Amino acid sequence: MPLIEIDNLSVTFTANGRKVRAVENVSFSVNEKDSFGLVGESGSGKSTILRAICGLAPITGGTIRIAGAPLATPRGRPFSRLAQMVFQDPYASLHPRHTVDRVLSEPLAIHGLPGTDARIEQALTDVGLPTSFRFRYPHQLSGGQRQRVAIARALMLEPKILLLDEPTSALDASVQAETLNLLSRLRATRGLTFLMVSHDLAVIDHMCDRVLVMQHGRGVEELSRDALASAMMKTEYARALFTASADRMLGA
Amino acid sequence: MTTLEWLADPNPKSRLQSRAAQTWLSWLRFRRNPLTMIGLLISLALIFMSIFAPFLAPQDPIVQSLADRLQPPFTPGHWMGTDDFGRDIWSRILFGSRITLYIVLLVILTAPVVGLVIGTVAGYFGGWVDSVLMRITDIFLAFPKLILALALVAVLGPGMVNAVLAIALTSWPPYARVARAETLTVRNSDYIAATRLLGASSTRIIWGHVMPMCLPSVIIRVTLDMAGVILIAAGLGFLGLGVQPPLPEWGLMVSAGRKFLFEQWWVATMPGLAIFIVSLGFNLLGDGLRDVLDPRSAGR
Amino acid sequence: MTLLSVQNLRVTFDTETGPVEAVRGVSFTLNRERLGIVGESGSGKTMTGRAVLRLIRPPGRIEADHMVFDGHDLAGASESQMRALRGRRIAMVMQDPKFSLNPVMRVGAQLMEGLRQRDHASKAEARAKALAALEAVQIRDPRRVMDAYPHELSGGMGQRVMIAMMLIPGPDLLIADEPTSALDVTVQAEVLSILDALVRDRGMGLIFISHDLRLVARFCDRVLVMFKGRIVEELAAADLMHAKHPYTQGLLNCLPRIGGSREPLPSLDRNADWART
Repeated sequence: MPLIEIDNLSVTFTANGRKVRAVENVSFSVNEKDSFGLVGESGSGKSTILRAICGLAPITGGTIRIAGAPLATPRGRPFSRLAQMVFQDPYASLHPRHTVDRVLSEPLAIHGLPGTDARIEQALTDVGLPTSFRFRYPHQLSGGQRQRVAIARALMLEPKILLLDEPTSALDASVQAETLNLLSRLRATRGLTFLMVSHDLAVIDHMCDRVLVMQHGRGVEELSRDALASAMMKTEYARALFTASADRMLGA
Repeated sequence: MTTLEWLADPNPKSRLQSRAAQTWLSWLRFRRNPLTMIGLLISLALIFMSIFAPFLAPQDPIVQSLADRLQPPFTPGHWMGTDDFGRDIWSRILFGSRITLYIVLLVILTAPVVGLVIGTVAGYFGGWVDSVLMRITDIFLAFPKLILALALVAVLGPGMVNAVLAIALTSWPPYARVARAETLTVRNSDYIAATRLLGASSTRIIWGHVMPMCLPSVIIRVTLDMAGVILIAAGLGFLGLGVQPPLPEWGLMVSAGRKFLFEQWWVATMPGLAIFIVSLGFNLLGDGLRDVLDPRSAGR
Repeated sequence: MTLLSVQNLRVTFDTETGPVEAVRGVSFTLNRERLGIVGESGSGKTMTGRAVLRLIRPPGRIEADHMVFDGHDLAGASESQMRALRGRRIAMVMQDPKFSLNPVMRVGAQLMEGLRQRDHASKAEARAKALAALEAVQIRDPRRVMDAYPHELSGGMGQRVMIAMMLIPGPDLLIADEPTSALDVTVQAEVLSILDALVRDRGMGLIFISHDLRLVARFCDRVLVMFKGRIVEELAAADLMHAKHPYTQGLLNCLPRIGGSREPLPSLDRNADWART
């Protein structure tokens, strides 16, 4: 049974009196323990879909169902135990005045969960950070380390679904590799379902089983990983995206 | 481990150590500006004077001695001279610093707090909450501070407590504005979105996440406003509507010295200088704090 | 004939907690060719570019044994001498046109500003040159773009305007600091080909700073790889696959490829000797 079902989703914003159709009639579904990718350039609406799932963007048409049930508005506590999000900018997703300890203990405090000390240390170890980082402030961490803390925070409530909004675009190449490896490992050990957004086709190919290519708010083509790897795309835009990405590969 | 090593430890072992280290780094940055250090010194001197006034003052500030009236500065025993009741001006200034400090502290403990709460709530929720709270703020802002303070004192009656109340009631609106502006910037950040997603209530977000980001602007405004508060208190005292004689409030002293301004200039000028120096000190302090507390410079 | 020669460049920042060295002894020469400087964040590549133009303010300090551009000593030049060189002989294109173009001035005004102030051109001359510059970067409707504000342009268009603006005075050396990193993938190729054509036609020297090793290798003749303020490897772009230094090899191998395996990506060994200095 699909864990995430997006059916004809539309998100329209009004900015300065004009309507901006960020997402138009997009449909796809993600099965449990799968990894699904949304790829497109800026303005394609891919991040808006994630925000709509979280309740951070309004749904103006269509439905979203998680685990077969429609979403409550506001999302509420049960939703936070089901799905969490990792944001793109590691410099903006952690409160500048809170230590790592505070960041990680907050979800536990909100939901009244016990065992704070042990759980925080375990969380740090799970994301590959030394426990001595516990009382550092975000500005004392590198971008990659902050992103690990953000991932640890997302996993504190043991959600089933992880929404990833370009989690590595702001990171250096070598740090990106480590972060992607970490995410793959966590997905395997915890049986997580990933819905990942990226502009980088190579990252999506490495991490996801199926991909939806988006442009200007619409879904253009859905591909399996094999189809992507063998360049068997049917639409022109998907092919253009593929060529532009593959172009940057040396001798590939 | 020495204190310096403890502060410079890249892996703090507790929240206390972490916060102490950040404060120490801010202090190092603060120390770099000589003008700011002067401001800090003046502020510390004010506090010192208030606490130790009974020990530092050579004479009682209230007891009159008509034989010694209107002595010029540098008369033995009265290095700032005496006023028209023969009271030593230096002693009166020392005891007056207590009153100044009292008024300033009371105001900064009430007005900014009220303004911060109103501003963050208005900024975070938006919509009609924002409109209502901001219109109330606008109403208070529309009145010139001194006029409103005068009106309140006229209704409530003169006296120190009423003067403080009047000043506080007219001072909170700018803080609400500042806090609201910061909140609007912060409201759309990823970390607020992440915390909402964790299931946090609005109260928790405003108290724990939004307010800490508004604090630097509010603190800076407070130090700059302190000078204004002193001047308003002095103004009220000058008009006879604040602190009443024979209490040695500085504004009151300036007013009383008006009559002798040309012949015995020191009676009004000495307390006037005190007001000037303390206001300047707070202003310099505020400027320096801005450089240190500006979140952009706090490490990226 | 050497266009730029840098020997032992050091950039140090004096912070409250002691000096921080961003660039630690970098040396290279540049003829009328394309040199790529590649590194991750903290490698010092951007600081190197800025140091050449002496764009670093206190508490940063620039020191070099030798930094000479076409006979002019850059290290010892006065600020007014540097001002004469900047823009006219050495130009810089930065990453995000949103931040490098003045948001409250129309594009045309910005393009013409330099011409009128620096070269004392008349309004008509300046306008003609500005239009020509926009056409050179393949902007189809230059008149409309001249009247637009920067926020009305797309990323790729904004970057082309930036390039046009920088190339109007006809500099000999262009320093491009991550010029395509903020652009969409399909637009990147376009902007790079425009840059390519311009640099070739005018015989300029180009320093291309980027974090993307593969992009730089495709675009440049020679590549310098920087790590923690030092150059760890210098090689011809064609020889990139035969890189010897473990950091360069690591950078090449750590990127995911379309159609690649699902195995964990190889990452850098941060405990190796070379990584810990």
